[in-house]
Order: sequence, then C-alpha cells, then structure tokens
Amino acid sequence: METHAVAFTINGQAHRGEVEPRMLLSDYLRHELGLTGTHVGCEHGVCGACTVLLDGQPVRSCLMLAVQADGHEVSTVEGLASSPEDLHPLQQAFWEAHGLQCGFCTPGFLMTLLPFLEENPQPTEMEIREAISGNLCRCTGYQNIVEAALLAAEGRQE
Amino acid sequence: MVLYNAYPSDPAMKPPPFKYIAAESVEHTLELMEEHGEAAKLLAGGQSLIPAMNFRVLQPSVLIDLNRIEDLEYIRRADDGALVVGAMTRQRDLEQSHDVERVAPLLYEAMPHIAHPQIRTRGTIGGSLAHADPAAELPAVAIAAGASMKASGPIGDRWIEAKDFFEGMFSTALGPNEMLVEVTFPAMTSQTGWRFEETSRRRGDYAMMGVAVEVMVDDEGACKEARLVYLNAGDGPIEAENAAAMLCGERPTQELIAAAAAEAADHEIDPMGNVHASIDFQRHLARVLTERALLKAFARGGNSKT
Repeated sequence: METHAVAFTINGQAHRGEVEPRMLLSDYLRHELGLTGTHVGCEHGVCGACTVLLDGQPVRSCLMLAVQADGHEVSTVEGLASSPEDLHPLQQAFWEAHGLQCGFCTPGFLMTLLPFLEENPQPTEMEIREAISGNLCRCTGYQNIVEAALLAAEGRQE
Repeated sequence: MVLYNAYPSDPAMKPPPFKYIAAESVEHTLELMEEHGEAAKLLAGGQSLIPAMNFRVLQPSVLIDLNRIEDLEYIRRADDGALVVGAMTRQRDLEQSHDVERVAPLLYEAMPHIAHPQIRTRGTIGGSLAHADPAAELPAVAIAAGASMKASGPIGDRWIEAKDFFEGMFSTALGPNEMLVEVTFPAMTSQTGWRFEETSRRRGDYAMMGVAVEVMVDDEGACKEARLVYLNAGDGPIEAENAAAMLCGERPTQELIAAAAAEAADHEIDPMGNVHASIDFQRHLARVLTERALLKAFARGGNSKT
C-alpha cells in the first residue's frame, strides 16, 4: 500500500504521520489522531458536521484528503476550550442560549461560526443564517443556534 | 492534548484506492497527464470530485492534485482593463476581491450563490468551469460576461471563448491532455448592465433556476447587445439567443422585456425538472427571474452613463 508522509499543525501542535492517499482528512482526524469531536454525517459535503479550519478558513474535512493537509494548520473543536470548565466564549454562548440538543452538528457549527464572527463581529440575524446555511441541524430549528451566535457576538463587543 | 489511536483497526475508506501525485507546476501536470492518460483525474478544489469519489461514482486510478501549484492562484488586471484569474483561485477569494467587484461585477454578484462558505474556501473557479455542471453558476456567468478560457496542452496554449467551451453535461472543449489554466473577463463599458438572479430552496443549495444577464445600451437608450444565460435549464448553460435578438435595436420597455422573458422561458430553455421543481415551475421561475434581471441590468446600463 502506497503511503505519503504528512506534517501539519493540529490545534497548535506539530504532527507527523504516514497516510494512505485515499484517507479523508475527517477520517484521519478521528481514527488516527483520536480527535472524534469532528463529526461525520453525510460524508459528501452537505451536512457541515465535519467542518474544521484549514489555515483559519472553514472547510469540509470530508471533502479533503488527509495528504492535502501537509504543510497546513488544522484546527478542530478540541482546540477551542482549554478545559471542560473553561469553555471558549462561543461554546459558552451555545451553552447559555441552549444552541444544541443532541449535539451532533455542534462542532461543525462552532467551527463555521468561529471565523465568521472574527470577520464579521457585528452580524445581523440574516448574515448569521447565511453563514450557517451549509450546516444542518435536525433538532433545534436553528433558532437557538442563531441566538447563540448573536450572544457570542455581543460578548465580543464587551 | 492526548494523541492516541481510538480505532486501531483500519477505518473504512470512502474512496477506492488511487495513486496520488501532487503536481508542482503546469508543465509537470501536462507531463503527468501524458503519462497516465485517461486513468488520471485532475483534483482542483475537490468539492465535486471528492464527493463523487466518496460515493465511488468516480474511481480514477491516478489523482493529480493541483493544489500545490501556487502559480495558478491569482487575480490580476490586464493592461486593457480585463480581469485575469488563475484557474486555481478559490471562489472565496473572488468573492472578497475588490478587483472582481469593479471589473467583473456579474461574477461578483453571483459568487455568494455558489454553495456555502465552507465550499467556496476550497472550490476554485477553474474546477467549477472544467467540471461543467449544468446547475453551476460559473459556466452561465462566464458566457454572459463574454469570458475566455486559456487551456494549456502538449502543443501549447490556446484560448477558447466561454460560449464554445461548454459542450453539454459535464463536458467541455478541453482535449484529453489539456488543462484549464486561466480565465479572462473583459472589462465592461460604462453602458453595460448586468444582473445575476437565482432561486433556491435555501441559500447555497442548487438553484431551481438561475439566469446571468449582461446588456449593452447605446446613447439613445436602446439595447445594442444582450446575453441571457440560464443554469439548471438544460444539459449545460443555456443561452437564450432569440430572446436576446428580440431586445437588440429596441428600447427595453416593460412589454418588450416581458415578451423576451416569455420567449426564453417557454421556448429556449429545456429544464428537466426534479424533486424540488417541476418543469412548469422551472419555466415560471425563468420568466420571473428574467424579467427581474433585465429590468435591473438595463437600469444599471442606463444609469451608469449619467
């Protein structure tokens, strides 16, 4: 089996590995690195659950090969909170606004909203709805996810 | 952070096995295409190819990755004012470019309709054009804007007009060993008007119907030239030439615009219908969107000279 050497940064830490080229980045994160916070739903780019940051930009990790991450910076939901008691402000906003029910889609929403709020710190509700249009949630009806994003944006102003 | 192997056994792999080669340059890519022939597929942003491979609908035995070719990622202004874009330029970069906004406003207007932010960060202009999905925005925009494509191949470079580039569903004028390397959008005159309109069930979903329009207006306010190009309206981007001919030489009155829209919607497009939209509904959308797009485009073409 042909493998390729990869070296990339994962949540700020250097990582080196060997990978078969057909392994998706999502599967590499989950099965090789044990970073199971990145969820896989549809695995063909529709649901957004597997969204991670590549060099700070949101991407679908199921539509990238792990070998393509070579030389890049990858950030996953595990990189957000320093400890279970010390949530990232965006996670805290999801907690407070009840922005999740089953939680399956949540990592994708967080990793989508994180760079969005950095680019657009005072978004309107409509802009938030457009920003999360590529993420599916089957529980919340999106209302509380939008509330959480607005709450996180308010928190950033203070 | 603890790194551990949660699943020591082999995880299931979605795509079938393939040989992976990261191309270093256009020349290297052409050599690889020559060497591997039809077994090879070019990987651009991967937002259509990887899903097809995950489903095993496509099973290329060699994947030539273009993502390491930095020379193909650029947005430039040519001496004649045209916008010149490298094939591997990310859709997200086009969406955020002031040059695109100024020189190719039709392209700029269409960008946010292309899938979702997480797709546009990876998706490329060249990948979408070469994929030639009839439901994609970029092929229709390229034709309406009068763009031209630069192809590199074993015997050198050649230019292909956008209207000659698309040859039906998922097929283009590119030869088997040719690759798309650059797209040029000509500068607009001050009397050019434009509009992109589409309807989808949710922002970012495939359009049920969409239209890209460019019109040129003369000093008297009459239409000199018009291009109306539809997406998801047939087996490729569909240009409504009869509707355009009805407009040319005439002042764009409300009645004329309605008649041209009806001609395009009822006779020129060939929508296939799907679970979200019947053929009748697609034709209805085409008529309404065309009227809206033409009104806006003529207003822009007329207003810009005052």
